[in-house]
Amino acid sequence: MTQVLDHPVELAPPVPGTLRAARRRALLEWIAVHALGVAAALFFTLPFVFVLLTSLMSDSQALGRDLVPHTWEWGNYRKVFDTPGFLTWWRNTLVYAGLGTLLTVVSSVPVAYALAKFRFRGRNLSLMLVISMMMLPPQVVVIPMYLFWAKQLDLSGTLWPLIVPMAFGDAFSVFLLRQFLMTIPDEYLDAAKVDGCGDLRTLLRVVLPMARPGIAAVALFQFFYAWNDYFGPQIYASENPGAWTLSYGLESFKGAHHTDWNLTMAATVLVMAPVILVFFFAQKAFVEGVTLTGVKG
Amino acid sequence: MSTVTLASKRRRSALRTLAFMSPWLIGFAVFFAYPLLSTVYFSFMHYDGFRPPYWTGGKNWSYVFEHYPLFWPALRNTLWLVVVLVSLRVVFGLGVGLLITKIKTATGVFRTLFYLPYLAPPVAATMAFAFLLNPGTGPVNSLLEKTGLPAPGWFSDPAWSKPALTLLALWGVGDLMVVFMAALLDVPAEQYEAAELDGASAWQRFRYVTLPHISPIVMFAVVTGVIQTMQYYTQPLIAGKVASGVIQGAGTQFEPGYPDKSTLTLPQLVYNLGFQRFDYGSACVVALVLFALSMAFTALLMRRRGGLIQAGD
Repeated sequence: MTQVLDHPVELAPPVPGTLRAARRRALLEWIAVHALGVAAALFFTLPFVFVLLTSLMSDSQALGRDLVPHTWEWGNYRKVFDTPGFLTWWRNTLVYAGLGTLLTVVSSVPVAYALAKFRFRGRNLSLMLVISMMMLPPQVVVIPMYLFWAKQLDLSGTLWPLIVPMAFGDAFSVFLLRQFLMTIPDEYLDAAKVDGCGDLRTLLRVVLPMARPGIAAVALFQFFYAWNDYFGPQIYASENPGAWTLSYGLESFKGAHHTDWNLTMAATVLVMAPVILVFFFAQKAFVEGVTLTGVKG
Repeated sequence: MSTVTLASKRRRSALRTLAFMSPWLIGFAVFFAYPLLSTVYFSFMHYDGFRPPYWTGGKNWSYVFEHYPLFWPALRNTLWLVVVLVSLRVVFGLGVGLLITKIKTATGVFRTLFYLPYLAPPVAATMAFAFLLNPGTGPVNSLLEKTGLPAPGWFSDPAWSKPALTLLALWGVGDLMVVFMAALLDVPAEQYEAAELDGASAWQRFRYVTLPHISPIVMFAVVTGVIQTMQYYTQPLIAGKVASGVIQGAGTQFEPGYPDKSTLTLPQLVYNLGFQRFDYGSACVVALVLFALSMAFTALLMRRRGGLIQAGD
């Protein structure tokens, strides 16, 4: 309905002079808005462009002030891949992000379902604790956690201290899924119960298919979180380069190549690109999911 | 219904809840409650990770507040970032959100371009800005010098390192843009038309129609911005490391906050005390300060009803 109201029909045609003036004003506004839009677009994209251009420069040119490469050195990317450890960081990042995302989804869905649909004493308290955990900086509990993983379980130098906790419900994912599951009408659950479904069957057969967009969103966020995480690998993996992730290794790249901005920027592009690609692919699935379930009410 | 079946039914439903909640209950106990209590315990102990911990009373606390040279600079930086970075980010996010609702041609393209920097991994984005803003040969200073404007030292100058971080934060404003865009599209169109009929100027329409509608969202953006600032870690750390030219590796020491403590934040102190100075007790004191500040603002977020996070249903 509001779509229609956005462009109200002119009922009585105004005096021709004012109409022309109004049209001119609308045109000027269109130009002003889009000029501002282009300026903003430059601000948001030029950093990517400069990084990309520098990543293709020769070593000597990257030391200078040129903005555009004289010769396009695609071999820079090859050099980055040939850097000792780079492929290991890739593998570690995929394990951390992939396994972590999987464990988070599997462990968070039942909790979010209980918080959204079960009635029990302490439910509001649990939810408030979930929100508090969500807002807690990881540094608050890192000292005892480090002592626990490193001194008692001897697991420092690996990524397990970061992956294992994800099997026990991630606060942000629980909260987001709970908000999503709240929108599923109770009638569907009651109907399943009448058909003789137990709680687990109801969750797996009825709720999960409907919650797919919410689960996709949670998986996406968790994947990005693990991909971007610097503090976690710094605490647990720093002593063992064989366990580094891309986000953690990238900075050492700058150290090893000192002033070679071209190679450092090529590595930067390689860390950014997968996240942006995942976004472009997932965005479509995401929008599709939202439109599919958006027919509620 | 007899009381026996009622009781057994109730027990079954409690067991069901317990089963579904169990991953989180274990996680809450092992990864939240236990380490939090342990942090409080260690804040009163002297512990270097090698010799057994022993009780020191309030010594760690007085050390952090009175003698630890990095604590107050970090707190001052956090305040600076809350006042300047968070408010500029909210204003800029609102501006970009407003702009995207006005753009009628190729809206999708503009929206994606505006949003993309938010997705850039923090380490990569900070490295990119360390390059763009490097005082010697960076493209930004090259352009500034060509136009005759002063070229600041950015991440290498204590007076400019926080403005440089602010620029980086403004570049990644996509999350706020999306939040504000959704809020702005929710404002009823009739109210704008009514205001226009009454002869309200563009500013008056914004001030008296738009702003009252979106004020809970503005509040939400400010409070979450403050909480995020408490956790601000990767960007200032990487910016300082790259600008100082420290080569990372096991065992290398980096005095955080380069240049001249100007990029120090509270989470960096936990790392510095715990993992560089091996003073776990004092690290726990800073961790508890961080905890208190985060929880105070989270409480603010939960107390306000309507628009902000609602705990109940």
